[in-house]
Order: sequence, then C-alpha cells, then structure tokens
Amino acid sequence: MSVASKDNKIINEKIVENATCTFCGCCCDDITLTVDMDKKVITKAKDACVLGKSWFLNHVIEDKPIARIDGKEVSLDEAIDEAAKILMEAKFPILYGMSDTICEAQRQCAPIMDDCGGTIDTTTSVCHGPSGMAFQGVGEPTMTLGEVKNRADFVMYWGGNPAEAHPRHFARYAVTPEGMYTPNGKDDRTVVIVDVRHTKTAGVADIFLQLKPGKDFELLWMLRAACKGVDIPNDCKDICGLDKEVVEDLFQRMKNCTYGVIFFGMGLTMSRGRHFNSGALMALATDLNEFTHFVAKPARGHGNVTGADNVVSWQTGYPFGVNFSRGHPRFNPGEFTTVDTLSRHEADAALIIASDPVANFPKPAIDHITSDKCKLISIDTKNTPTSEAAHVSIQTSTYGINTGGTVYRMDDVPISLRPAFDSPFPSDLEVLTKLRKKVNELSKKANRPYATKKYI
Amino acid sequence: MKGQLILLPGRSAKQGVGLNKGKLKEEYIRVTTTLEVSFEDAAELGLETADIVKISNHIGETEVQVKVLREGKLPVGYAFIPYGPPSSNLFDGETCGTGMPASKGMTIDVEFIKKGVKKKTALPPKTAIG
Repeated sequence: MSVASKDNKIINEKIVENATCTFCGCCCDDITLTVDMDKKVITKAKDACVLGKSWFLNHVIEDKPIARIDGKEVSLDEAIDEAAKILMEAKFPILYGMSDTICEAQRQCAPIMDDCGGTIDTTTSVCHGPSGMAFQGVGEPTMTLGEVKNRADFVMYWGGNPAEAHPRHFARYAVTPEGMYTPNGKDDRTVVIVDVRHTKTAGVADIFLQLKPGKDFELLWMLRAACKGVDIPNDCKDICGLDKEVVEDLFQRMKNCTYGVIFFGMGLTMSRGRHFNSGALMALATDLNEFTHFVAKPARGHGNVTGADNVVSWQTGYPFGVNFSRGHPRFNPGEFTTVDTLSRHEADAALIIASDPVANFPKPAIDHITSDKCKLISIDTKNTPTSEAAHVSIQTSTYGINTGGTVYRMDDVPISLRPAFDSPFPSDLEVLTKLRKKVNELSKKANRPYATKKYI
Repeated sequence: MKGQLILLPGRSAKQGVGLNKGKLKEEYIRVTTTLEVSFEDAAELGLETADIVKISNHIGETEVQVKVLREGKLPVGYAFIPYGPPSSNLFDGETCGTGMPASKGMTIDVEFIKKGVKKKTALPPKTAIG
C-alpha cells in the first residue's frame, strides 16, 4: 500500500494485523505493525508495550556479513563447514540457547548434538530450570492464560516483576481484562504480590507482602501446613517478615476464592532453595485444590523459551541439560547444564543459538567460553558480546519480524508468527538445517553408531 | 567509605529496552551499570546518586554508578542491579546440582571510588526533602 507522508513523499507502507511480539513469554499476538517497506523498518507497533515497541521499532537490517570466522567475512557454507568440523572434532561439544528462535529451528538442535555425542541445553537452565526439576518432582497444576482471564478471581505474583518484565500480562491476561466470570475486570479480582522489593508491580496490588529475602520456602511451607489444619506459627514475623494475622488472612483468601492462580518468577528459582522453592509453590497450589480450584504457572522470560522446553522434551524426553555421549539421552541438571560444563572447563566447543552467555553467565563460565580451550560458534540475530567473541559467527534473521514459524506462549499455547518484512540474512531454520545435514554427513563418515537415528 | 550489602540482580524495563537497542550500545551499558541502594544504606555508606563505587566479592569486581532509592523501595542491607555483564562478574559458577547459579542474594563489598556527575533531572529522595 502506498501512502503519502507528512512531507508528501510516497511511502510504500504495509500493515501487518495481529502480529506477534516475541520479546517476552506473553507472546502478545494482537499487535498491529506499520512497516515502511522501502526502508525496511517498522514505524509503528500499535498495542505493544514498552518492551514490545523497543523490540519492533529498533529492528533494523544491519550492514554486516552473514558469516565470519575470526572476524573475517566468509560464505555461509564455509562457516557451516567450519562449525560442523569443530563440533565433530570436539570431545565435549555443547549446544546452548534456542529460546529466541522458532520451534521449527529448535527441532534441528537435538539431532545435531546426538550426531556429535554432545550436550544440549536451553536458557531454561538459568531461568526456570529449577521449576522444570520441580515439575518432575511434584507435578504442575497448570492452565492456559485464557482460563485465567475468564475465571481467576485471586491472582498472585510471587518473586517476579511483570510490570517491568511482562508489561501486558496484567492487561491482557490476569488483572484488568473482563472475562466470562470476571465481567468487572480488576474489581472482580484480588491481586496479591509477594516480593522482597517494592517493585513497580507492587503498584497494581490489592495486597503487597514484602517478604524477608530468602524466606520464600518458609512462607510457602507455612501455607501448606495451614492447608492441613496446622496453625500459622506465632513467630511468623521473625521467620518471614510478615505478621501472623496477615498470613492467616492470605490463607483464608486463597482458600475461599473461586479460581486462584500463582504466577512465579525467578525470585524463587534463582535464590537459595531453587527447585525446592518452586516445588513448594506448586505443591501449595495442588494442596489448595482440596478447597477450591487453584493453579500455578512460571512467568517465562524469552519469547520462545517455552517452545524450547517443549521441543527438547518431545525429542529427548527431558526439557534441558540433556547429554548424548552414550548414544541415548541422559538428563542431569548440575552435570549437563551449561553453566556447569563451562565452569568446570569440560566443554571444548560451544554452539550458541540466539543467546548471549558471554554477557549473562557467571564469571568462571565466561572465562572458559571465551578462552582458547573452547571453540565458540554463535548463531544470532544481533551483535552481542557472544557473537563478538565467537570463532564462527553467523548472523540470522529475526523471528516474528523477518521469519514466520511457531512459538509457544508461557502457558504452552502454540502461536503462529506473522513476519513483517524479508531480511537478507538467512533464517535460523535454514542455517541449522544445513548444519544438521553437514554434521550428519561427517558423523556417518566417522561411522558414529547413532548417525542414522530418525528424528521427528 | 566501605560496607557490605546483599545483591539482588534482576530484570528491569529499561534493561529490556536497552538490550533491544543493542547490548554493545551506551543505553544498555548505562542501565546495567546502575546499582540501586536503599536510602538508609546510602546514608550509612555516605553515598549519593551518581557516585561511582566498586562492588566486589570472591568471584570478581566491577565499577557501577549508584542510584539512591526512596524509603521502602528496597529492604535495608540490600542492593539491586539489572542483569548484565557487571552483575555476571560477581556470579559464582557453582549451581548446587541444579544448573542455576545463585544469582540472587550474594554478599558484596561496596567501596566508594569517586563522585559522579548528577543528571539535572535527578530528584533527591523523599525523606531528604523533609
């Protein structure tokens, strides 16, 4: 569509209705994008939040090579050959990331690591990995966000700050929307925030509970005990920083609601106790089903981190930290998770997909991944400290803006993407499909016993 | 002027916006090098907004700029920093068999380095106004 701009220049404009923002796990799929097709930029992102706007409006086609080896421009095929060679020659190759790409690309990753006897891990291991471990221990009282919108009259956020990390979570799913059984929006809901900091999220709360740092498990266990008829202890304030009466009131509200939900963040999984904290929270939600309907869900960060968990789970049986060195998948967080394999200096080759461990990992892991003991391969859409430190660096197009595909929202609902405009860079799917093929060829040549395994 | 605080790294909207603009760009670097401390701790350590401090632990050290918060925003004894390379410098690689490094609740030493330049728009904490 051609339209006239303010200075009467004709702009080749395209409108993309119901585009999906893949910045965070909310995957809002109601964004209207206005695209300047001549300049290849998005000029408006109607209904996007502050993070979504910055995601769409800052996307530009950068003038840089598709592939580099040690900083020098090479062809894509040369980069893929080099990457495949590195992975096949390595004694302990690892693959990490995948949370910012489509499921179709994620599907290529487990076969690559299977063929080279490596370890596959997603960003979940440094996000809600402990929650993934807790799911296996106590189960997941789950739901979809549509259910929450239509039914939930008690909404709790525990150890998270959605006002800054998932800004539209309140308006689209959990706090203000008018649902089938919550026709008055926020007036029909009680919103409780449990956090150690008075964040921006606390502003939307009907009840804000400022917990003593590191005392999540204690409060959760008190509430679990209350479900079994045990009184809240008198020294509750000393234990967790909250008055006994406040906790008793909270428990009554949880027990007497019609449909309760707890969204929990990394305040639980990243602090002392980790999977015990997540497990206690999900066990509490399960316990509350003795009185009412109660569910819990982790608030996931990256756009398709949920997809990464799903894809790796249906391919290998486990969501993250999976090792193929014995020819079959083995799951062991702490042994096969990326921070551990790097911090212990075990990995000698690392394929990083759509992720930036050099900026976000603990220092011992960064020291190893950037050392000459570990050959680093990066496939990413932007320049990052990881892509800059990589031996082989491949630039790809951005999912949801330049390429279509499938992503999973934080409640495990798959959503199809509507790209806005083409990119000169190849997609993650194209690059990983080529890499998978090359690694498989080398694996067969090397007579690796599992090189002919079929993957769905 | 030296003291100890417990660090709570986390996400922030500004950090999210900054990383979309580019992790190698000024905005992201500025956001991820801003340490938020409570009003009470700042008074005890003699710190003001925009001061440059060194934060360190047994893993590493980094220099960051202080932002003093209003009362009640952060528990006394705690500091907040958005995730990024400076906070990673202080994370231990030990995951206690979970894959997840203990990224929240680490004890850090805070040492005053020099006075910084305050932005004109920076407001003093509420209690300082009286």
